[in-house]
Amino acid sequence: MTTTIRLQQEDFDAAAEATALTRGRTNIGAVVTFTGICRGGERGESIAAMTLEHYPGMAEAEIARHVEEAKGRWPLLGVTVIHRYGRLVPGDNIVLVVTAAAHRGEAFAAAEFLMDYLKTSAPFWKQEERSDGKTWVDAKSTDDAAAARWSRGPRKPEAAE
Amino acid sequence: MKVLYFAWVRERVGKADEMLEPPAEIRTVAEFMRWLSGRGEEYAHAFENGQVIRVAIDKTHAKPDALIAGAREIAFFPPMTGG
Repeated sequence: MTTTIRLQQEDFDAAAEATALTRGRTNIGAVVTFTGICRGGERGESIAAMTLEHYPGMAEAEIARHVEEAKGRWPLLGVTVIHRYGRLVPGDNIVLVVTAAAHRGEAFAAAEFLMDYLKTSAPFWKQEERSDGKTWVDAKSTDDAAAARWSRGPRKPEAAE
Repeated sequence: MKVLYFAWVRERVGKADEMLEPPAEIRTVAEFMRWLSGRGEEYAHAFENGQVIRVAIDKTHAKPDALIAGAREIAFFPPMTGG
């Protein structure tokens, strides 16, 4: 199991990260990559930029805790999580989750699980810049609900092969 | 102990971190927040809606009834919006 967790200001290359995770390995049958991208607007209101603040030390630790939990739930062969911080403009990459497993079911499930928990429990805060000033983004109840479904019941249904 | 503030909590308090020693009778996170609120207008403003503020003790999420004894670092911040 290869785990990479990075917080960085600079951009990342999703394809290169996925290749790095699988290179030289023949036990991996599925790789899922998720990239979160800065949108240019929300409900018709355009944003000029977004600044991501984070809690250094805790952000890495919190992501690592959830990667450990994902490894306990699914037979993963590799996980890469990269989260950017600082000022980003629309179209910029924000976050990358790559999961590798023998079969697609566990790779899809683990990627979704990690993203749901990143949204609600990793200490990052987004501030948007609009024409009328800067505003902190409110947490969404839909994100809490998305994370909560993973704690309901013992496990997700068995992964498809 | 080191106290840290993030996002709009940091903006309202007017600083990112500070060293504070709360009195011995302050035992829980919730009591600590009430004590902070009494330190001045900027703290009262930051913690006026205390139930929405999240807390971490030594870089781990903590509930309002968590004990602060032995903590080296306590952080206060709004609900997270990363990802």
